[in-house]
Amino acid sequence: MIWQLDLMLLTFVTICAIAAITVKDLLSAVVLLGAFSFFMCLLWNEMGSVDVAFTEAAVGAGVSTAFFVAAVYNMTRRTKD
Amino acid sequence: MKFLSLIIALVTGALLIYGAQDFPNWADPNSPPSIWVSNRYIEKAFEETAVPNLVTAVLADYRGYDTLFETVVIFAAGVSVVMLLRRPRKE
Amino acid sequence: MIERFEDVIIQTLCRFLVPFMQIYALYVIAHGHSSPGGGFQGGCILAASFVLLVIAFDLKEAKRRMTEKLNTIFTSLGVFIYAGTGWVCLILGGNFLDYSKLSKILPVDSVHARYHGMLYIEIGVGIGVMACMISIFLNLVTRGRHEEALEDKDLWNT
Repeated sequence: MIWQLDLMLLTFVTICAIAAITVKDLLSAVVLLGAFSFFMCLLWNEMGSVDVAFTEAAVGAGVSTAFFVAAVYNMTRRTKD
Repeated sequence: MKFLSLIIALVTGALLIYGAQDFPNWADPNSPPSIWVSNRYIEKAFEETAVPNLVTAVLADYRGYDTLFETVVIFAAGVSVVMLLRRPRKE
Repeated sequence: MIERFEDVIIQTLCRFLVPFMQIYALYVIAHGHSSPGGGFQGGCILAASFVLLVIAFDLKEAKRRMTEKLNTIFTSLGVFIYAGTGWVCLILGGNFLDYSKLSKILPVDSVHARYHGMLYIEIGVGIGVMACMISIFLNLVTRGRHEEALEDKDLWNT
């Protein structure tokens, strides 16, 4: 466990999470959620749980991003608030 | 309304941080999950199931019911999406 | 995403990429005992290869390879394989999902029977997850109107 790497990844996770809820464009929010999942995957990998990291990379960054893009495609791209 | 939701979020976050104070340290060898049942899995899983990956052994064999109903949950999600969204064309 | 978008670079790249993704997904499912991975991850990668096919080509091309009826059968078949393995163990005299009893019908000893039982349920989980993900994606992207999407109609007016 390298605490510098941990801190860097945790900072990226926090930045992606805050940016995903503040951005107005929903498609950008989806891409930021994918980036959030990817950094979460790296964080779990660094903690030593490779199976959870693999699941996060396959489901969170791969398939659920495609689902969100499909949902945004059928909606407006701008959020109200 | 926005102010109220901010307060609710802050209170919930503070409660979660307060609750996380009681957690054992990361990779603490004396924490309850490390001294109770995982030692038996680590010692016996390979000779009982011949599977080198302990995660798969625990997930698919020792906790087989858990994975079965996880699959059932995925199945229910797929079926309910088809039931809610699918509109076959009326002839 | 629904009407055909002709781009020779994207289509050629996807044509090359999809078989490798599927081979990798099958490797993840079959090799989940010795390395990270398993049925859930492999099924998700299989579904992602299909999603890539829908995005790069069109819905008609994708439904030619995986019809809706086949997809529905696969959705139930995954859970059926999993629960069926448990029932076979039950019939052979053990508890539900007690794979060591599978050694009575497999030519292996009871320790390796648990290994093989895990392989079967991983295959079941992989098939079920793949079919569920594909059906969720197709219903989301066409709003449940596959026939209108196949005829390139404007979905906003239907």
